[in-house]
Amino acid sequence: MTRGSRVWMLFALAMGWLFLLLWPLLGIHPDGSLTFAEAFSVWWKIALAALFGFVIHRLSRAGVFDVVTRPLSRLTQGVGRVYASSPKWMFLVPLLAFALTYPFFTDRYAQDVAVNVLVYICLGLGLNVVVGLCGLLDLGYIAFYGVGAYTYALLSIHYGLSFWLSLPVCAALAAVAGCLIGYPTLRMRGDYLAIVTLGFGEIVRIVINNWMSLTNGPNGILGIAPPSIIVPAMKDGVLVMETVVMRQLSYMYYIILGLAVFTVVAVRRLNFSRIGRAWEAIREDETAAELMGVNTFRFKLLAYAMGAVFGGLAGAFFAARMRFVSPESFTFIESAMVLAMVVLGGLGSIPGVILGALALVALPEVFRQFELYRMLVFGGVMAVMMLVRPEGLWPAARMGKRSDDEG
Amino acid sequence: MAEGGGCQGHKAERMDYFLQQMINGLTLGGVYALVALGYTMVYGIIQLINFAHGEIFAAGGYLGVIFLSFLTANGFMETHPGLGIGLSLVLSMGYCAMLAMAVEKVAYKPLRQSSRLAVLLSALGMSIFLQNGLMLTQGVYDKAYPTEFTHGGFDLGAIRVSYMQIGILAVTAILLVALNALVFRTRMGKAMRATAQDKVMSALVGISANRVISLTFAIGACLAAAAGIMVGLYYGSVRYDMGFVPGIKAFAAAVLGGIGNITGAMVGGLIIGMVEIMAAAYLPMGGQYKDVFAFVILIGVLYFMPTGIMGENVDDTRV
Repeated sequence: MTRGSRVWMLFALAMGWLFLLLWPLLGIHPDGSLTFAEAFSVWWKIALAALFGFVIHRLSRAGVFDVVTRPLSRLTQGVGRVYASSPKWMFLVPLLAFALTYPFFTDRYAQDVAVNVLVYICLGLGLNVVVGLCGLLDLGYIAFYGVGAYTYALLSIHYGLSFWLSLPVCAALAAVAGCLIGYPTLRMRGDYLAIVTLGFGEIVRIVINNWMSLTNGPNGILGIAPPSIIVPAMKDGVLVMETVVMRQLSYMYYIILGLAVFTVVAVRRLNFSRIGRAWEAIREDETAAELMGVNTFRFKLLAYAMGAVFGGLAGAFFAARMRFVSPESFTFIESAMVLAMVVLGGLGSIPGVILGALALVALPEVFRQFELYRMLVFGGVMAVMMLVRPEGLWPAARMGKRSDDEG
Repeated sequence: MAEGGGCQGHKAERMDYFLQQMINGLTLGGVYALVALGYTMVYGIIQLINFAHGEIFAAGGYLGVIFLSFLTANGFMETHPGLGIGLSLVLSMGYCAMLAMAVEKVAYKPLRQSSRLAVLLSALGMSIFLQNGLMLTQGVYDKAYPTEFTHGGFDLGAIRVSYMQIGILAVTAILLVALNALVFRTRMGKAMRATAQDKVMSALVGISANRVISLTFAIGACLAAAAGIMVGLYYGSVRYDMGFVPGIKAFAAAVLGGIGNITGAMVGGLIIGMVEIMAAAYLPMGGQYKDVFAFVILIGVLYFMPTGIMGENVDDTRV
């Protein structure tokens, strides 16, 4: 048998295997009948898609597409060079202008999506500090989001504290939670850390769910005050300070935009600081970092705390925007979602995380009619990405090169 | 005297309650042990927390419903109830073995040379994928087992033992003994142990790592499928997301016993199940917080004795 026919045999075997896996789920009915139509109708679609992908893969390996891909890759390289050599403000200024004027030419729905994207950008960047910069896999990150949200919710309900005053409290409490979770776990091996953080995330959710007297359990907390600002206004010819409650979505958009910009700037400053270099050293080789005099435990704890701060801020905003919090918003799948953004975009890369958040929040909105399949595709994409492009859509620049450039 | 008698009666009642909880704990612990074995064997060989394993467990539960409902509707269960359950068990185990081998080939095998983070994320992706696949094909709502099998039991003194519990304990015991025999008495088991200990060396003496890894996934999935069916029968229904929390608890059990250690996983599973039931029974608010205890044990074990109570058995060189 030639190699080529062997490959096709394997492909046929895989598709047969797939049918055997699909048929019991779709073809055996509780009323005692057996059918093949449903399983077959799903199967041939998958098989066709797989065949298409497989043929493309074979052809590209045989070099059929080189005519197209070679100039294309040269083009992208050229674009990359132009991008790298031109000053950053040339891209940042139009981007910021677009972001600032966005509510003026969009409807409610588009603003809602944008607010969501921005919340996830904050979360993704916060998690990026832990996973991308410091290399610690955290599967319970959403717990900090929950801590922030519940902190603001409780402060607002019981003490009537304003959103702005609550923000630092939320950040501080989230940082404390980060240290509490980080302290016992940070001595562990990488994948143990993953499962323990997952456990902590679940613990936080279960506690919120059951601590009736504090959190009202699964019913959640209602009636959280929206943020308000005090503006000077003329009333009957006298200058008075007037409180404007920011109920409108466009106000919310500006608040979260501010938070997101703050997060981007802060994470960037952290990344390029001495602390960021220590984190990246830990990520690349913990033992070597320790030998070079980096206090790895302290920096890892700091990474946890800093990551938690951004999560907490985003959480406070979430509570203020929804004006309702319940434990359902802080499940494991949310953690996985944020992690997927970071990984999809590129670990340790700020534009990558932003791109990842856009891809995972905004794209599903475009394909709304396939809402049901969203998580299925999401899980599949996560696995496939690891296969074809583990470094993400917009990979981070190498650290070693960067420190040379700055020196 | 009367007072003393009353006190004694109270004591006997407490004893009965305790014994009842013991039996419940043993049942649950057996299930955790079965699932934990899949985690521990896979981790022992390729150092991967197989997140999709919980979903394999759920798939086992679903296949149990599918086969049993089918057989019941065809009247097979009335004539041969034992055979029907056995058949469903074996078919589901076979199905889950195929599913796990497919997952391994698609999502883990191509990543053997990649970083651990990449494989872990791929596993997480597969877990989400399978969970949603189950939801899409089987529906969002609970799916009930045919009720005939979930009832019935006998009284042992004041303790109520259901036939299901006896069945779970018996099947668990049989599977554990069979697994032990497979791993410690056969050539295949020897190859598995060799691969777990040192992949390069075992490859040099002619053991195919790919085949051993496939086999490990298949065996782990068989055990998980059996656990899934038994849990489904015990609680009477299955749900597409039923695999997640038991999966983590079973992983906690595997860590508690020492990851890669097969006997350790069995002991760890029993301990976790027992602790969970006892804590729910005796601690204030224990019922609401029962899911927390496994995590607390996990964190405690990893902090104070990271190699578990029975010691680790893991090859530290990457494939």
